[in-house]
Parts: sequence; structure tokens; C-alpha cells
Amino acid sequence: MSGRLMALWDWIDARMPSLAQEYRKHLAEYYAPKNFNFWYYFGSLAMLVLAIQIVTGIFLTMHYKPDANLAFGSVEYIMRDVPGGWIIRYIHSTGASAFFLVVYLHMFRGLIYGSYRQPRELIWIFGMLIYLCLMGEAFMGYLLPWGQMSYWGAQVIVNLFGTIPFIGPDLALWIRGDYVVSDATLNRFFAMHVIALPLALLGLVVVHLLALHDVGSNNPDGIEIKKNKDPKTGHPVDGIPFHPYYTVKDIVGAVVFLAVFCSVLFFAPELGGYFLEYNNFIPADPLKTPTHIAPLWYFTPFYTILRAVPPLFNSQFPGVLAMGLSTMILFFLPWLDRGTVKSIRYRGTLYKSWLAAFVIVFLLLGYLGTEPTTVWGQFGFDAFFLDTREIATWAGRVCTVIYFLFFFLMPWYTARDAARPVPERVTP
Amino acid sequence: MSDSEKIDNTRRNLIVATSVVGGAASAGAAIPFVASWWPSERVKAAGAPVEVDIARLEPGEMKVIEWRGKPVWVVRRTKEMLDSLKAVARLTDPGSKDSEQPEYAKNDHRARKAEFMVMEGVCTHLGCSPQLKGAEAKAEMGGDWSGGFYCACHGSKFDYAGRVFKGAPAPLNLPVPPHAYLSETTILIGEDKKGA
Repeated sequence: MSGRLMALWDWIDARMPSLAQEYRKHLAEYYAPKNFNFWYYFGSLAMLVLAIQIVTGIFLTMHYKPDANLAFGSVEYIMRDVPGGWIIRYIHSTGASAFFLVVYLHMFRGLIYGSYRQPRELIWIFGMLIYLCLMGEAFMGYLLPWGQMSYWGAQVIVNLFGTIPFIGPDLALWIRGDYVVSDATLNRFFAMHVIALPLALLGLVVVHLLALHDVGSNNPDGIEIKKNKDPKTGHPVDGIPFHPYYTVKDIVGAVVFLAVFCSVLFFAPELGGYFLEYNNFIPADPLKTPTHIAPLWYFTPFYTILRAVPPLFNSQFPGVLAMGLSTMILFFLPWLDRGTVKSIRYRGTLYKSWLAAFVIVFLLLGYLGTEPTTVWGQFGFDAFFLDTREIATWAGRVCTVIYFLFFFLMPWYTARDAARPVPERVTP
Repeated sequence: MSDSEKIDNTRRNLIVATSVVGGAASAGAAIPFVASWWPSERVKAAGAPVEVDIARLEPGEMKVIEWRGKPVWVVRRTKEMLDSLKAVARLTDPGSKDSEQPEYAKNDHRARKAEFMVMEGVCTHLGCSPQLKGAEAKAEMGGDWSGGFYCACHGSKFDYAGRVFKGAPAPLNLPVPPHAYLSETTILIGEDKKGA
């Protein structure tokens, strides 16, 4: 560094020493396990996507009109007339799906390597709150283009709250600000989407990282590297400084990710209806529900669970409860897992079988949610217990049961699992 | 604990009292913000009844009218449609005991006049608007289908009186809105006192 720059740095350091301290604490002297693999890209990629969403979002608000009469037209205006508007909007819509993809992979990493286990329970809980916040962001943002799917998706989701016994109808009315989804709903969802939830999201990302840097990162072996420190330096022998080692590694990940991202962006921004649904290019019509409505792919596993549960006691609330529980149960993962080892590398067949079943069932639930319940036809026979003969509905029910069993039986099968011995040091 | 570290209870109580008052004030300050999400006066004022002309409605035809932002269907039912209402074994609430309808529509055909069905086209599951599927859609809807309404969102099925089939996620029959005949060919939706 040249003399002048050095002098400037000294000037700043004398006035704000915390800048250098934080840089060392979180980057230059944050010792992360040296055996991070492919799965460890998705945390930094999630931050990258968050930055992309914030920047594109700011520019979209400059042209978008949160008004039921103008919203749909203003999005078309962005797409056709605003210079560069089409690409900004497509980055934002592709970014939404990319965000969920990256976050799901990030969560799966936590699942297979036991990153939620003691002492990282709080990191997991903050992460789950980020995920909930993200779901709110996605849902409210999806209303803004005021297309058919926007309108009817919001109608269904707000009515989910309406099924809660006693307070439900009033709660739904309060959320909408009208007796139906309307201009009042659009306007408040806009406010939530562009300011309230992003602020919450940023705050949660900060505490997620602070909690992580306090206890240190887990790794594919599920070994605590802080237990084995070099007596001379005091740093973990299996740790390397985050910067430059992992910042450089993450740049490679970002480049590959952006290559995939841009391929979608330029060649298939709607991704066959999975990233932007075709019905959403039709303006919202309160009198006509599209013949087939489904949420975007990232909500479909939970949507299938909702559809799978039949009404009980003249109420559809049990289905809503099951759907809510299917997300909320993830919060309890740190306490449901009684395994003696953290990482899948040293788990036994019992756990691996359950995890495999869970992955298959989660993907199947996701697929079923994108299709109508008639997709697999009907059973050719009738029986007293068949309240519906639709095969897909029954498949959804079986998958829902397995989904919940994965969690409810976890304390039992993780404790009984025949784990293999964990090595002293991390392995490549 | 040494004497010098002893808790000064007067100060401690003052700290607690100040915190409680401050907390109550913050909670109170939330009231206008929470209140602002309730429907505004302008929204509440909207929602007047609407008149429908049914003079040119053909047998078997459906008309969709907007009332309070919701779709309301008027169907002129044919004899076959009315006959199909006799199959009640497949229904969750055939007598409409738990469902929502005015007293004068709490009958087998759920209408003031059997020929004209007036129904809110809003699924009692999660509020989608079902679609008319005639008896000819048998192949797609399953063997016992004799025509009615199908909600594509979550697969609920209803007959020509808006009564829900067993095994559907919707718990109740479609609601019948208050309505009245102003003349032979005009229905008023939203109010049931004649000459309103």
C-alpha cells in the first residue's frame, strides 16, 4: 500500500478501530474448517441472491404502481417500454426462484451434516426465521403483478388464515383490509414486500452470521475443530482463515451459479411456467379462477400436504394445521435428533434410509403440488374407506404421512442408529 | 455479596416501574397501526345489492355477476339438472344443515325457485371459484359424475345445487346469497326484501 493510502488507513483506524477488528473477526481471522465441500457454497450464494433481489427490487419500485387499476399495466410497461426494464424484472423473478433453490440446498446441507446440532441450535432457528421471512416475501411479492395467479394465490393463502377457529374470519378480513382481495390488499402487500420484510430479513441474516461466527462453522465430518487448537497460534489446526481461502472459493461458486442463473434469465426466464406462471400474464379477474392453479414450485410440497388432508368436523383447518406444522416442525430439528454423531458420513443405515425416504417424499410432494389432483387418474375399484378415488390425492396422503414420520420418529431412529466412529481430525 | 453491592430496592422498583410504563406506552402506540389494517370507511360503504336480468338466460346456461367483489352464479337449471340432485348419498351435507343459505333456500334445490340457481361461486375450502362441468365431462370427472361444479384449485366437487361431494377438501356447500325476485325476469342479489 502506498504511503498516502496507509496514512488514510491509520487515520480511520485511530477513529474507528472496530472496523479493523470486525474485518479480522469475520473474515481474515475467522477460522473455518478446511474440509468444506460443494454443499458449503449455498450460504454465500444466498447472500449474493439477496443482494441481487434488493438492487433489482429498488429499481423495479421506480416504475411499478401499487394500485389495482395500474399494477398489471405498470409491469407490462416495465417489460416493454422501460429501457432495460425487462432484464431487471426477469432478474428479480428468476432471483426469487434461485433464492429458494439455494436456501433449500443450504438447509439440506444443514440436515445431512447435523449443522443444527448443539451448539448451533440458534443458528438453525435464525435460519428458519429467515426461511419464513422469505416465504412471506415471495408470497407478497407474487401479488404485485396483479395477474390471475397473483390474485387467486393471495385469495387462497389469505383464506388459510380464515380457517383458524374463532378468530379466522376476522383475521383474514384484517389481512386483506377488504372483504375480498383488492386494492387495499395490494397496497399493504407492496409495503410489506419492499420495506418491512426486507428489513427483517437483513436483520436476521446479521444475527444468523453473528451466531455462526461465535460458535464456528460445522463441517462435513461434524467434528468440532475448536477442540484441537495449535498451542502456539491458538487457532484450530483444521481451520483456515475465511479470507482469502473461502472468499476465493466462493467466487468460483458464484461464477458457476451466475452462469446457470444467466442461462435461465436469457433463454428461459419463465422456465416452462415454473418460474413465472403463464396464467399470470392475464390480468386479475375476481370472477374467474384459472382452470388450474398451483403455487410456484417452492411452495408446492406444502401445498400438496394441504390438499391431502380431508376436512374434519366440517372444517378445513386440519389441512391448514398440517401444512403449518410441516414447516414449523423444522424448528425443532435440533431437539428431535438424538444421534451420537452429527454428520451423515458416520450415521448408520437406519438414519440414511429415513433421510432417503424423506428426500424422495419431499420431491414427490413438490411434483404433485404442481399438478391437478386428477393427474394420475382414479382407482379402478371402490371401497368403503375411499372418500376419493383419485390416485394422486392418496399418493399425497401417503407422502404426507412419511414426511411427518421422518420428524416424529426421529428421536427413536437416530438414537437406535448404529453410528460409525468419528475420526479425531477432519478428512478430505 | 458485600454490603456495597446490596441491591437498592427503591432504585430497582423505580427501574421496573419505568420499564412497565414505557412498555405499556409502546404497546399502546401500536393501536393505530394495527387499526389501519381494518377495512376503511370507503371499503365498508361499497357492496350495494345488484340486479340481474334473467329474461334471456337459456335452459342450462350460466351467468356470472359480481357482487361485493365476489362472483355470483345464476344458472337456469334444466329438468335433467334438477333430476341429478336426487343422488344425495355422495354428498357431505345433503340437507344443507351446516351450510350457509337464507331460510327460503334451505330446501332440496337450494333456491327460491327450483329453476333458477343463485349461488356464490366461491369454494368453501379456500375461496377459489369453481367451474361448471356438465354431465358430458364424465370421463374426466369420474364414473358417478352427473354434472355440477368442479374447483380446480383443490379438487372439490359440487352438484347443481352447490352441495359438496364427500372426500372433497371443501367442508360445506356453496353459500346462497340473499336474493329476491323483483319481477319474473329480474333477480336482486344482496337483499331479500321485495321492492328494496
